[in-house]
This record gives sequence, C-alpha cells and structure tokens, in this order.
Amino acid sequence: MNPLRKKRLFIILGILAGVGVAVGLALSALQQNINLFYTPTQIAAGEAPQDARIRAGGMVKEGSVSRSADSLDVQFVVTDYAQDVTIRYRGILPDLFREGQGIVALGRLNADGVLVADEVLAKHDENYMPPEVTKALKESGKQPEGAMPASAGGKMGGGQ
Amino acid sequence: MNWTWFHKLGSPKWFYDISGRWLPWLSLAAALLIGVGTVWGLAFAPPDYQQGNSFRIIYIHVPAAILAQSCYVMLAVAGVVGLVWKMKLADVALQCAAPIGAWMTFVALLTGAVWGKPTWGAWWVWDARLTAMLILLFLYFGVIALGQSISNRDSAAKACAVLAIVGVINIPIIKYSVDWWNTLHQPATFKITEKPAMPAEMWVPLLIMVLGFYCFFAVSLLLRMRLEVLKRESRASWVKAEVERSL
Repeated sequence: MNPLRKKRLFIILGILAGVGVAVGLALSALQQNINLFYTPTQIAAGEAPQDARIRAGGMVKEGSVSRSADSLDVQFVVTDYAQDVTIRYRGILPDLFREGQGIVALGRLNADGVLVADEVLAKHDENYMPPEVTKALKESGKQPEGAMPASAGGKMGGGQ
Repeated sequence: MNWTWFHKLGSPKWFYDISGRWLPWLSLAAALLIGVGTVWGLAFAPPDYQQGNSFRIIYIHVPAAILAQSCYVMLAVAGVVGLVWKMKLADVALQCAAPIGAWMTFVALLTGAVWGKPTWGAWWVWDARLTAMLILLFLYFGVIALGQSISNRDSAAKACAVLAIVGVINIPIIKYSVDWWNTLHQPATFKITEKPAMPAEMWVPLLIMVLGFYCFFAVSLLLRMRLEVLKRESRASWVKAEVERSL
C-alpha cells in the first residue's frame, strides 16, 4: 500500500475508534435509561422511582395468577427468583401470558409496593420448539427448555 | 494473497463484463433458494409450541434483519475503499446498495411489528433492539439523502462514505443490544459457540431463506450498479457500443 493510502486508512480508523469510544461512553452513561424494565431485585433495592411510570419485568410466578370472577381484574406475582413484585392489572392479557412466562408490565408503584399496571407485554425467549417435542418432554417428566426457570430466570435477572 | 481482482475493480468495463456473467446464476440461485425456503418454512416446518403459526414470520423477519445489517457493513467497507483507494466503483456500490438496505430494514421493522402485536401485545416498544434498528433506517435515509442532495459527485461520494463509516458503530449496538440491556426483544437464537435453540426442521429453511436473501440482494445490487455504471460512463466508447448492441 502506498504511504498516502496508508495515511488515509489510519485517519479513517482513528475517526472510527474515536466515535466508537464516544458512543460507548454515552451508552454506558445512559445504561439505566436504555434498560426497558426494572427487575424485581432492582425494585426491592429501591432503584426504581416511586412516583413515575416504570416497567417491571420478570417471570410470572407459578400459581400466583388470580383472576376476578366478574371483571377483567387480574393480580399476579412477577419474580426474578430472588425478589418478587405483585402486579395488578385490568384488561386483556397477550396470548403468550401464562405462568412461568416472562412479561413486562408498565405502571406505577403504589404505597404497598404493588405495581398497578396499565399495560402488560409478554416477553418471548429465544427457544423455538415443535409442539410434539414439548409434549414428549412433558411426558418424560422434563419441562420444555423455554419454560424452565433456571435458563429463563438467568436471562431475566442477569440483565445487570 | 493475490489482489489483482481488487485492482481490476477500478475498471468499470471489467465490472460490467464480469457482473453480466454472474447475474443469470445469481438470479437462478435467488429464485430457487427463496422459493424452496418460503414453501418449506410456511407450509412444512412445524409450528412453535408457544406461538403456534405466528412464529413463521421468522422466515422473512430474520433474513431481512440480517441483510439490513450486512448491507450497512458493506456500505462502510465501500466507504473505506472509496476514501482510501479513490475507487469510483465503491461510490457506485454505496449509492446503489443504500436503498436496498433501507427497504430490508423497513421490512424487518414491519414484520417485527406484525409479529409483536399478537406475541408481545404491542406493535412497537422503545426497547434497545428496536430503537437501534430504527436508527439504522434513519442512517440509510441519511446516506440516500446526502448522496442525492450534493450535486458534485466527488463531494457527495466523500460525504456518504464518511456517514456510512461513522454509522457502522450502530451495527454492534444492534447485535449486542439484547445482551447488554433488558429488552423485550428475545436474545439471539443462533450463536456461533452454541447449537441453535431451535430444531433443525425449523432452522434449515431459515438458513435457505437467509442464503436466498443474500443472492437476491446481490442480484438487485448488481442490476442497479450496472445501470449506474452505464450512466456515469456514458461518454466511454465501450458504453456506447454496449447500448448500441442492446438496442
């Protein structure tokens, strides 16, 4: 490569490295604001603001969903397998909402530490499986990987 | 390593000849791969245990998203080649690839929204992956607008190359956004170090679709570049002969 081209290449690489460092610093400064949701552990540690709309994310605890008989009110517990947050919601839940499923709820924390949500989103994980495989896994006594607390909880709680 | 092919790219005539020879094969491969992949993915692959049939949008969404990012990396590489080696063809490639990449990004965002509504319960969420992808779309718009708005070809090429190179920072951000932050978008199903979190009867058609999308991208890029080369070299004798021949 001739010296002029080499010089131009180094200038470009220098600019790229500079911009990369700048963006990296900006993103690490914004770390908290880029996260879509707070985990139950963060909420328990008081990292989530009290008087603002926040998102809480985690797995719906098995056996915690209780629906009201005469309305769309539903209450459930979201967990990251370290801490729990109780969520109250009125409305239609997404198709994927079920116990053991990862969800993100948007709402305000009230004085009792209950999140009163006005939006609940289901979080899908990266595992895909044909239904026959899940059925076979269930029959052999093993849970399908997608609903397994260890793998999913690791992701949910491991954000920080 | 033999670099003659690289230096030959400096000649638009050589590019025109060689791309003309590749085009029929690439078109054939694109049609075959996308045809087989679509039928296999939409009709024969098993449904997902949780999402049922709605997961099949993966066969459009994932290839489009991969292409959108690869195309931007290609823009940046073309930008470096254009700035360092002053190769005219690099600017042609950059200008011609940008709209294709923008469309791929748009398709990825659109299919994602269509899938997100039933699966997540929302068309759009401001999570890191989705926002970074939207920024990619705006970067493409920026490159296209910059190329169109500067009338001097050399200054336009330089400006677009700089924007393409600086914008490439966004690509690792898109890739790792799901690992660095809590996002609603799921993390990658395919990792180099692990086996895919998806059975083979699901990922084989996906792989075919990805390859098909790459071939389709190559075909549309070459077609656009050939036209652009003819336009820019319209005063050269070989172009006049070529146009005469095809009329």
